[in-house]
Amino acid sequence: MSRHVVCPAAELPPGTRKVVVIDGREIGLFNVEGRLHALLNRCPHGGAAICSGVVTGLSQSSGPGDYRLERRGEFLRCPWHGWEFDMATGQSWCDPRRTRVRSFEVRRETGGDLVMGPYVAERYHVTVEDTYIVVDL
Amino acid sequence: MNAPFIEQKARQTLAVVDCDIHPAHRTPGELLPYLEPRWREHYQTHGVHVRQALPSALMYPRMMAAGMRADSLPENGGPAGSDLDLLRKQHLDPVNVEFGLLMALSKGGMEERNPGLAAALSRATNDWQIDRWVREEPRLRAGIVVPQEFPEAAVAEIERCAGDRRYVQIMLSSRPSDPLGHRRYWPIYEAAERAGLPIGLHPVGYNGGHPSTGSGWPTFYLQEHYVFVACMEALAASLIIEGVFERFPKLKVVLVEGGFGWAPALAWRMDKHFEKFRNEVAHLKRRPSEYLREHIWWTTQPIEEPAQSRHIVEIIDWIGWDRLFYSSDYPHWDYDNPSFAFKFPMTEEQRRKIFRDNAMALYRLA
Repeated sequence: MSRHVVCPAAELPPGTRKVVVIDGREIGLFNVEGRLHALLNRCPHGGAAICSGVVTGLSQSSGPGDYRLERRGEFLRCPWHGWEFDMATGQSWCDPRRTRVRSFEVRRETGGDLVMGPYVAERYHVTVEDTYIVVDL
Repeated sequence: MNAPFIEQKARQTLAVVDCDIHPAHRTPGELLPYLEPRWREHYQTHGVHVRQALPSALMYPRMMAAGMRADSLPENGGPAGSDLDLLRKQHLDPVNVEFGLLMALSKGGMEERNPGLAAALSRATNDWQIDRWVREEPRLRAGIVVPQEFPEAAVAEIERCAGDRRYVQIMLSSRPSDPLGHRRYWPIYEAAERAGLPIGLHPVGYNGGHPSTGSGWPTFYLQEHYVFVACMEALAASLIIEGVFERFPKLKVVLVEGGFGWAPALAWRMDKHFEKFRNEVAHLKRRPSEYLREHIWWTTQPIEEPAQSRHIVEIIDWIGWDRLFYSSDYPHWDYDNPSFAFKFPMTEEQRRKIFRDNAMALYRLA
């Protein structure tokens, strides 16, 4: 597993997204009400760049005429064919047995934790502020 | 981190011919310069006149952004499908399109009720396709839009364009006023045969005023989407049974965006009844399935996807691996990327036929 610092956390406030390239892979980062998600930017169904899709919820129904939108903000809908994926797991709700978007672990770490290492070399003045978003591949 | 990212498969990407790309107008007035002054003024004063139920509703299935890929809106404005550079970037280049066939649906004259305006819009649309798209992008080819409800004018437009090899087919709507086997459309087939051009049938948004299912209007877009199939079945049966292919033995018809999984069932049903009804249709010299197999071709998008993907192979075995063309439907929401859309095993030869060689041959592309 490799750790990748992506950006200061302030660059991804709640309700925003960012597509970055990490180790040759396009990965979309989403901040949904403070929860972070990282997904491979490719729909496993038709190949679209899925991370430009709409963030939405899940339509549920107990029968004709009854519609509820549940789990608002937790699903990503592909911009082509509309397949829905649970952003927390990458799981498809259209074909859950066979299809999932690859998801990655993502979290915030403080700058201090990120620059501390086992070796000490020539020293320059470094200021560490803020927290950063880190993705594990 | 942030290394240049261009993923290429190790093997050479197969060149494809895409038989269904939709160009759109950048602005509502984009056709005006291509209209004769008399019809320009008419168009600006009266607008178009099509028969449409469900006012203010889009007539064809929509999922994303009014039926478009949500990522296909040009950054510099205009609707999806109106930006040639974006078409190159999103589709022609990454998918390795060798030739792309334009299907110009918007305000082309196929559905216009005013005969003069229908003819003028068709003419304008054909000139616009060459000027805005084919001249700028040598991979693209146009389809001749015709005022199909006015066959005399349609024939004139076919004859005007037919010598120009940048036009590779004649487009007809799969939702005409009458079933297309009706004799009033026959001058169009005669002109197509004379010009050596196939007919491409494509669904349009409107229905000549007819409910799209034949038994009323659907409630959900999921139903409406299926109706593309019902239209195509009815037209295939009409062309065959009314004797079009008997009268025009060189006529070739491509059913675009109507699926093909239903073809064997239609053929079996027609053949079965033909045994009983043949004296009613004595003009048919052969079984209906023979006309179907000989005169009809099919495009893939939206391809039927059975749970066991190999089941579709049995259908293709039946209709023939030389009868099917890849189509993407760019920029519509149900766009098919060739790397993902065909989830069944194919030999290299079969793949080459579907993605390229069949269309190269039928449309005489080069």
